[in-house]
Amino acid sequence: MTPVSDRAPETSDSIIRVRDITVQFGVTRVLDGLDLDVKRGEILGFVGPSGAGKSVLTRTIIGLVPKVAGSIEVFGIDLDSANARQRRGVERRWGILFQQGALFSSLTVRQNIQFPVREYLNVSQRLLDEIMVAKLGMVGLGPEVADRFPSELSGGMIKRVALARALALDPELVFLDEPTSGLDPIGAGDFDELVRTLQRTLGLTVFMVTHDLDSLYTACDRIAVLGNGKIIAAGSMADMQASQHPWLRAYFHGKRARAVVG
Amino acid sequence: MTGDPTLERIAKGNGLALCAAGPWTARFAPVLEQMVADAEKLGGSRPNIFIDVSQVDKLDTFGAWLIERLRRSLTQGDVEARIAGLSANYSSLVDEVRRVKAAPAADTTTVSILGMLDQIGRSVAGFGTTLIQLIDMLGAVLAATGRVLIRPKTFRLTSTVHHLEQVCWRAVPIVGLITFLIGCIISQQGIFHFRKFGADIFVVDMLGVLVLREIGVLLVAIMVAGRSGSAYTAELGSMKMREEIDALRTMGFDPIEVLILPRMLALIIALPILAFLGAMAALYGGGLVAWLYGGVDPEAFLLRLRDAISIDHFVVGIVKAPVMAAVIGIVACVEGLAVEGSAESLGQHTTSSVVKGIFFVIVMDGVFAIFFASIGM
Repeated sequence: MTPVSDRAPETSDSIIRVRDITVQFGVTRVLDGLDLDVKRGEILGFVGPSGAGKSVLTRTIIGLVPKVAGSIEVFGIDLDSANARQRRGVERRWGILFQQGALFSSLTVRQNIQFPVREYLNVSQRLLDEIMVAKLGMVGLGPEVADRFPSELSGGMIKRVALARALALDPELVFLDEPTSGLDPIGAGDFDELVRTLQRTLGLTVFMVTHDLDSLYTACDRIAVLGNGKIIAAGSMADMQASQHPWLRAYFHGKRARAVVG
Repeated sequence: MTGDPTLERIAKGNGLALCAAGPWTARFAPVLEQMVADAEKLGGSRPNIFIDVSQVDKLDTFGAWLIERLRRSLTQGDVEARIAGLSANYSSLVDEVRRVKAAPAADTTTVSILGMLDQIGRSVAGFGTTLIQLIDMLGAVLAATGRVLIRPKTFRLTSTVHHLEQVCWRAVPIVGLITFLIGCIISQQGIFHFRKFGADIFVVDMLGVLVLREIGVLLVAIMVAGRSGSAYTAELGSMKMREEIDALRTMGFDPIEVLILPRMLALIIALPILAFLGAMAALYGGGLVAWLYGGVDPEAFLLRLRDAISIDHFVVGIVKAPVMAAVIGIVACVEGLAVEGSAESLGQHTTSSVVKGIFFVIVMDGVFAIFFASIGM
């Protein structure tokens, strides 16, 4: 897909530019001078030990966690100096899949998916319904789930509906926080395939926090590894496997990794 | 690159070509929808219709779907409208939306008189179910109490003390303040009206009897229902939502024993204490106003109070407190465990916990009034 935008001019092909970011909770420094670039159109897999701050980084980029220092640019707009209108513009162009789905529990699947569209666009109920069915179809669900409530869905379906909601406004950038955790291996494999397909179809850029080695192998173009509050390595799967860093060696050459590589 | 999307109509002989151009994206969805609606009328019975999308420079799901919608409505019988000039980048997107089936209609709720009557009927029938649920919970709590009495080691003292702190100790300031103010108001109103026929001093009788028998305990019970009953429902409800109660059950613990019994016990201990403190604060407030506003000095107030009230009045008031506490606790726990998956359900049950709690407290008070009157207390 041609990387053209009808909205803001972009200075580089980095869709997210994180520079020298520091996040602190009390005296614990979670992120310490971290730099990260996510390129347009790629699927970036983001890994690291539990508690290293993967979710914190995601939440910092999307503005849910305050940072002590550093700068974040998304779509070429510095989120610190952006005014409310620019920020809204940015928020409209990204979609976020939270770890637990974060579906609105008092709304049906239909209303959940239509909610962002209804808020941002003034379109007819007919188009809302049709787009909702199209989005459900994209994430592999039929229109029969439309009038169910989130509490009536299985774990895998919640993730799919949450992804459909994240995609509702056709974002250019999607954040996925552990999309395959809690899914069975076949379901997780389908989900990876789905992310890949959507990325191709919609020209998405995907920022994926994951622990799933299968996802890293099958879905991701590039992998970034977080450790000690910094990015300790970033590159292709081959680079990761060639790395001599002890954690990387343990992660990519461990028993589970060998099982995946076969 | 920027600019508005367009859909131009080019007639070719007896055929029809529609030429889409510009960005067909979500941002322009309202405009696009209108254009497509206008173009849909052009179909007629032309044998050869195609939609040229080679000029579209940006396409997303909204644009792709609207083009697909146009294609479907221009297709009549076996004459299929075609999409031409589709770039390879977008073909998978168009294929994706082509699979979309007609959307199911949103279910609309109609308001009718029959529907309203239906609602009322269900609510009345629901009242019976509520009573059964309350009795069921009462039974479960009593059974759990029995089990704990047989094996005292299973009693959760820490939890009980924790809840006692929450519902009793932390409630003292607000309960004291409000009952104090109510005492002041009763006293002031009494003096104001009794003065007209020179019966100032009888305000002490009224205050003493009213506060000790009714107002003290009733007011405190209503405050506790609002303060602690709602908290119990919200706590248990969110635990239910996060499957914590199921987790307890699978570990072999009885949620009634672990969660509800300590809460009930804390409430049953707390309410008499609070009712006593509340009554004292109200008497103090009333005495203060009687002195400062009505000129009844404290000595005369106390003397009169001793003549006016007997221990019966105090007993009548305080005996009601644990029963009301049990009612509030049982209602709160039943509502808490009835919470379902959504945030809305949590709100509904917390509301009905307070409403039902206060309702049952007042009903109980009435029952007690009849009972005490008939035994002559």
